[in-house]
Amino acid sequence: MSTFEAILLTIVTASTPLLIAALGELVTERSGVLNLGVEGMMAMGAACSFAAAVTFNSTLLGVGAGIVAGTLMAALFAVVVLGFAANQVGSGLALTILGLGLSGLIGAPFVGARRDPVAPISIPGLSDLPVIGRLFFGQDLFVYASILLTIAVAYYLGRIRSGLTLRSIGENHTSAHALGLPVWRVRFLAILFGGACAGLAGAYLSLVYTRFWSPNMTAGRGWIALALVVFAAWRPGWALIGAYIFGAATVLQLHAQAAQFGVPSQLLSAVPYLATILALLLLSLRHGRALGAPGSLGTPFVPDR
Amino acid sequence: MADVSPSGSPLVELKGISKRYGDLLANDGINLAIQPGEIHALLGENGAGKSTLVKILYGVIEPSAGQILWEGRPVSLSSPVEARALGLGMVFQHFSLFDELTVAENIAVALTDDWDLATVRSKLGDISRAYGLALEPDRAVWTLSAGERQRIEIVRCLLQNPRLLILDEPTSVLTPQEAEHLFVTLDKLSADGCAILYISHKLEEVRRLCRSATILRGGRVVASIDPRERSARDIAALMVGNEIGEVRTGTPHVPKGAMLTVSKLSMPAGGLHGQALEDINLVANAGEIVGIAGIAGNGQSELFAALSGERLADKADAVVIAGKTCGTIDIDNRRRLGAAFVPEERLGHAAAPTHRLSENTLISHAATEVSRSGFILLNAARRLATAIIKAFDVRTPNGDPQARKLSGGNLQKFVIGREIIRQPKLLIVDQPTWGVDAGAARLIRQALVDLAGEGSAVVVISQDLDELFEVADRMAVIHQGRLSAVKPVNEWTKEAVGLEMLGIAQTQGAVHAV
Amino acid sequence: MRFELTPRPTISPVARALAPVLAFVTAFLIAGVVVWLMGRSPIAAFQVYVLQPLSDPWALQELLVKATPLALIAIGLSYCFRANFWNIGAEGQYVIGALLGSWLALKTHGGFWVMPAMLVLGILGGALYGLIPAFLKTRFGVNEILTSLMLVYVAQLLLDYLVRGPWRDPKGFNFPQSVTFDPAATLPLVADGSRVHYGTIFALVAVIVTAIVLGRTLFGYRLKLTGDAPRAARFAGFSAKHTTLAVFAISGGLAGLAGISEVSGQIGQLQPSISPGYGFTAITVAFLGRLNPIGILVASLVVALTFIGGESAQILLKLPLDLTQAFQGILLLCVLSADALVSHRIRFITRGGGK
Repeated sequence: MSTFEAILLTIVTASTPLLIAALGELVTERSGVLNLGVEGMMAMGAACSFAAAVTFNSTLLGVGAGIVAGTLMAALFAVVVLGFAANQVGSGLALTILGLGLSGLIGAPFVGARRDPVAPISIPGLSDLPVIGRLFFGQDLFVYASILLTIAVAYYLGRIRSGLTLRSIGENHTSAHALGLPVWRVRFLAILFGGACAGLAGAYLSLVYTRFWSPNMTAGRGWIALALVVFAAWRPGWALIGAYIFGAATVLQLHAQAAQFGVPSQLLSAVPYLATILALLLLSLRHGRALGAPGSLGTPFVPDR
Repeated sequence: MADVSPSGSPLVELKGISKRYGDLLANDGINLAIQPGEIHALLGENGAGKSTLVKILYGVIEPSAGQILWEGRPVSLSSPVEARALGLGMVFQHFSLFDELTVAENIAVALTDDWDLATVRSKLGDISRAYGLALEPDRAVWTLSAGERQRIEIVRCLLQNPRLLILDEPTSVLTPQEAEHLFVTLDKLSADGCAILYISHKLEEVRRLCRSATILRGGRVVASIDPRERSARDIAALMVGNEIGEVRTGTPHVPKGAMLTVSKLSMPAGGLHGQALEDINLVANAGEIVGIAGIAGNGQSELFAALSGERLADKADAVVIAGKTCGTIDIDNRRRLGAAFVPEERLGHAAAPTHRLSENTLISHAATEVSRSGFILLNAARRLATAIIKAFDVRTPNGDPQARKLSGGNLQKFVIGREIIRQPKLLIVDQPTWGVDAGAARLIRQALVDLAGEGSAVVVISQDLDELFEVADRMAVIHQGRLSAVKPVNEWTKEAVGLEMLGIAQTQGAVHAV
Repeated sequence: MRFELTPRPTISPVARALAPVLAFVTAFLIAGVVVWLMGRSPIAAFQVYVLQPLSDPWALQELLVKATPLALIAIGLSYCFRANFWNIGAEGQYVIGALLGSWLALKTHGGFWVMPAMLVLGILGGALYGLIPAFLKTRFGVNEILTSLMLVYVAQLLLDYLVRGPWRDPKGFNFPQSVTFDPAATLPLVADGSRVHYGTIFALVAVIVTAIVLGRTLFGYRLKLTGDAPRAARFAGFSAKHTTLAVFAISGGLAGLAGISEVSGQIGQLQPSISPGYGFTAITVAFLGRLNPIGILVASLVVALTFIGGESAQILLKLPLDLTQAFQGILLLCVLSADALVSHRIRFITRGGGK
């Protein structure tokens, strides 16, 4: 396998968690809720999945634990912002702080442990093709799942009735409520979906990407996923493209660090964060502000009387 | 009193409906019955309890006491979904539409049974033809006019074959011509056996459309009448409880030189769905009221923002106030020139809902007596608020309440009073009496007329044609960001204004063709 | 069963005052359960976290030292949050303030002017760094939440680069740290033999000035109006652009001041970690204190307690520091919930067989 192929492969691995987390947040935001707790839910997903996978020696159980952890964190957020109509920005931040702390507690006994790589699923015949073979047909299950998830979310939002309901609620919750659409129920489920995705993304980080646990290993990926949603103008297809651009930026800076160009490694490490700011800036320059943002994003829903 | 109909049992009957909010009894033992195919009017002032009653009937809120009978059977409606399943349809005053979605999506999302967009499209075609409600299924809603938006609401209801259709102030956003079109549709529906509950405070339309009417005042039913047998004046007296005097004009207004001159004002659309202003020309003289009519969303808010300085023009000479070019100076400096402004939205724009009235005086008096070298003079602010409350008969629950605690009419009197008490040389007011009870509306109009009588220039932007004909000396119509010629009020007819509102009065020929 | 959320017609002042206290108690109860789940005694933990620091004079001084940066940053954030702008990058502004001030310390050798100039540079560095997201927001409409947060990572990497690279102490056995500041570049202590440095005085001054600015001045009203009714603020003639730039500069400046005070008064040199997350914890402090200067002063002391308690719990009970962070997350959630519940009422509706 050439270096080039190896780089392409790692790009896919780096992009997949970003994509999964961004898709979850995209659905949450389309329902009108801004959950800034992605980073915390992802950290919990990573810690819990790793702990479960090591304890039970099962990747499957690990993934399940990651999803459950993300969903539970999201449920806590949902109770606070839907049940009490608390400020969404503050509550999301709190969720991130809580998730980072709690994941440290859960992961502490597992620092130093390592997991075996997850076997890629090769599609016979096709995966032997040169270059594109491994790239497209020799990935692990998560990668295929993330692509399917993108298609599913796009289809759901565009073609399925409950997807239309979800979009309507995110667009204008007052009108939706007047029509009798179940604002709270849909938002609750959308928040849970976002949490499950963030948990899954975290599980991928600790079980596939690094294969070990370390505190703060999410390193801002949850925040980048949030930025991706804005970058994608709330469209799943663009989230896919954006995730791969960011994944590529991350991987290329790692390779640049290894190659030792004489550039400080910290500067290269800052590339994904600077790239995020740049991407948001370029987007605003092209389209003006908040293109495609759901109409009631971030505003608590309290029906009049 | 009882509406004994030969056609048998009523379709829907409300018995002793009450709704309590804290100390306020919004509905108090209301009885109401509607027969199949009947067009029944629900009349009352703002705050009389009409909206509460209708929300209860449509399952949006639950009554504190009372019973709803549907075809003689008691029903409990705890959500609009249940109400729709029963055969109720509702067209809201504030449309429950989603701007970013298409017409077909907006309809589909409200349907209870299974659907696909193709079915919605074909059904939409059928209904459109049957009732003359033309709509393009794939247009995004934000591109549509208010009349078209209302059609979506109506079609949305009709697709579910309603037995009872509720319309809340449906003509408030329509031109006279569009309103007549709506009445024809409603007559057809009624002939097909659909009952209609028609909520309005416009007496002429109720007399044109309905054979029975229930009048609410202070949450109670005060009369059930046949509106065709009573004069509009009688009905108005029933609604208000006492007679509302007319606005005194006093001495005729004598214009004395331009206080506001707008020339060649153009401005791109502000927000995503805003309206651009194109080549606006307007003069308001000291001592006169200039009225600007138009359907909502034709650039009134944008014009207000351009005149107030909340948005700045490109050219300084586009707006001239009191002889000073000020197209590029901000609202604060325009106020210093003697101008005052009252925007359409009371809560959130003219006043901060959670702030006390004294704090709210700071919003337009920041540069004057209530502050000194950057510090707030709290006592002066309180004195000012008290003076406004006294001079403009603002009824408050306590001495210095939060703005949101005031009723619409009282808050409007406060924000208009806040500006008039400064004795401005120029007052620009957007929708001065929108959603305000008749008493407050009269007081406000009187204050505007008096202000002009004292030599100030007043510009009134309003959707209420009756209001403009009552107070304005000269008038123009705004349509899609363009302003018609300004003519003395007595040279306008309602029909001519209606045509301008629709934008089809460009030539004399067009007028005759309609 | 379903639930209904309705705004309360009147908000009781007693409930408003009690809400943060209740939130704090709730957060403690939850934390107690977590400690119990971890197999430790919640009572012993309470002893170590709360009672011990409060009964030990040395720890009380330490409390002031820890509360100082929290109060300074949270006071700054209260300007932003009141106007409803979300600066969540105070941690980065703190770091940049510390860096710019330290630059002078590392480049000079004595002089009475060094310390004041360092403080000015600290404020300036934090303010300028805070102005980046503000400028991106006002000029291009870029969301300030994401940009201010991303800049935290950038600032931390810059600090890391400097202490491992150009600013590393050549005689420091390759440890990633700068030389120790000389006395002229060290923030004096309030009293000899104490641990409390002048930063605490700065924090007190900031509290008093802010109390006056927010309560009595037109600028304070401007922030309140911008936060509560942005359209009304524009109608009042307050430019949203200027407000944004002003509040980010103020909060960045105070975070920068906190940073340089901490480095020059407490740590005495630069190292890769100069903050246990003060910039993020200050967000909790600001909300716990209700964005009110006096409230923030109290909240900073209360939250500082959890930092000190966390450190001793790590030693005495082998409870990891992450527990403190998790507790702060819970606390913020409880505070926000309590605030929301003061203004809303929840009603559960059980649906029987009709009425």
